[in-house]
Amino acid sequence: MSEATAIFRKQILDTRKNKTVLIQFILFPIMTIVMTNAVKMDDMPELFYLKLFSIMYMAMAPITSMSAIISEEKEKGTLRALMMSNVSPASYLAGVGVYDFLACMIGTVTMSNFCGMEGRSWYAYLLVIASGLVISTILGAAIGVMAKDQMSATSLSVPVMCLFTFLPMIAQFNDTVGKVAKYFYTEQLYRALSDINNVKIDAEGLVIIIANALLILGFFVLAFRKEGLTRE
Amino acid sequence: MISVAGISKSFGNKKVLDDVSFTVEDGEIFGLLGPSGAGKTTLIRVLTGQLCFEEGQALIMGKKVTELSGQDKKSFGIMMDDFGLYERLTCYQNLRVFADIYDVSDDAIRSVLSEVKLLDSEKKAVSKLSKGMKERLRLARALLCHPKVLFLDEPTSGLDPQTSSEIHEIIKKRKEAGTIIFLTTHNMTEAEKLCDHLVLLNEGKIVEGGSPKELCLRYNHQKTIEVHTEDGKVVSFEMGKEDLEKTAEMIAEILKDGNLSTIHSKEPNLETVFMELTGRKLEV
Repeated sequence: MSEATAIFRKQILDTRKNKTVLIQFILFPIMTIVMTNAVKMDDMPELFYLKLFSIMYMAMAPITSMSAIISEEKEKGTLRALMMSNVSPASYLAGVGVYDFLACMIGTVTMSNFCGMEGRSWYAYLLVIASGLVISTILGAAIGVMAKDQMSATSLSVPVMCLFTFLPMIAQFNDTVGKVAKYFYTEQLYRALSDINNVKIDAEGLVIIIANALLILGFFVLAFRKEGLTRE
Repeated sequence: MISVAGISKSFGNKKVLDDVSFTVEDGEIFGLLGPSGAGKTTLIRVLTGQLCFEEGQALIMGKKVTELSGQDKKSFGIMMDDFGLYERLTCYQNLRVFADIYDVSDDAIRSVLSEVKLLDSEKKAVSKLSKGMKERLRLARALLCHPKVLFLDEPTSGLDPQTSSEIHEIIKKRKEAGTIIFLTTHNMTEAEKLCDHLVLLNEGKIVEGGSPKELCLRYNHQKTIEVHTEDGKVVSFEMGKEDLEKTAEMIAEILKDGNLSTIHSKEPNLETVFMELTGRKLEV
């Protein structure tokens, strides 16, 4: 079995008993399902809660869970044991990253399917969320790599997560904030979902999303070069 | 075989290993004996490629430690205090993670759990294990890959005598199977009991080396004979200081009187040797 697959299997075993990480994966899907069913108003936009919580889920869950998983392994010394068993940093990050992404995708598929999405518009929606999840997963990994322990991971991830999650929300009511928020991938993906049955990303939005992805990837590479996974 | 020649390592301005040299033969238990902060763990980190060093050369099974491949490292078993366990997972699941990495079967997991006497607790979460059980699980993890070299960093530190003794037996069995065992400890009884060869490490420097018996005999300056008599007296004769004829007469007299209970030579132990060489105690 490859090292990345072994790490992936380990994550499945561990998350079942790790309530702090598990809640990240199930909180927004549950909230979406509950709110969609419980709050129904005549003038409410179509799939309002799905759009709102999807963006929150996409920005919050991978950042907090990735950084929590990596920083906990650093703090407890299990990461060091893995590295000494010939698990390369790339295999480790691939195992955890793919797991994190798939767990969030399962949540996304579940909540969107429950809200009645299907067909081409559903696939387009899933593609938009998947692209955001990939960027957020890399950002979460960068924070996990930078943080020495779980407490510092939380201190770093909370402001970053709030920035990427709430700025697009505030931008809807404040034009000045909107001028800044438009440069965030979360805002562009939120705009793409404005008509959820006709998902569209314009050229400017695509450039911003790609630029965000490259910047965050660069940030991850810098963090990894500086801190490594088990550097003394 | 492990061969270390002139290894030096500093953290900032502080030299933690200073010109360290020794050789460990195949199938041998080699001990690194020294107090806390002597540089024992740093040396294990250097030998396992976790830390780089400034000077010297270290070879494990003929390969420079700086050039060890991943496959080479898979033939090492490492038990260190800061190599954590997955607290939420069970004993079996902890080993399963590493068995997947080493490509080791389920039978091997159960065999190693049985070896460390944790088979009955295989379904128990690590967070619910006692300290001794956690140490045995750490050892099981180190043994899982059938290592050619086993690095044990203070494997019985803080454990009760029963658990320590069980761990000692496992270590001896692995030695008999041909594994090189590199052990660090500050416990002189453990070193005397287990090690074929050892070096005494103080502030990053090797101050003496040899088999435990050789070391004790080498520093047996007083050459003391201790006589316990039937009436409860203890008489010590320092052979180097006293008149040998007079000593022989006195012992003969005790014998003639039928007053002799026990008579034995009294060599220094590793603690005394270490104290003499460094002026420090081992267990600090």
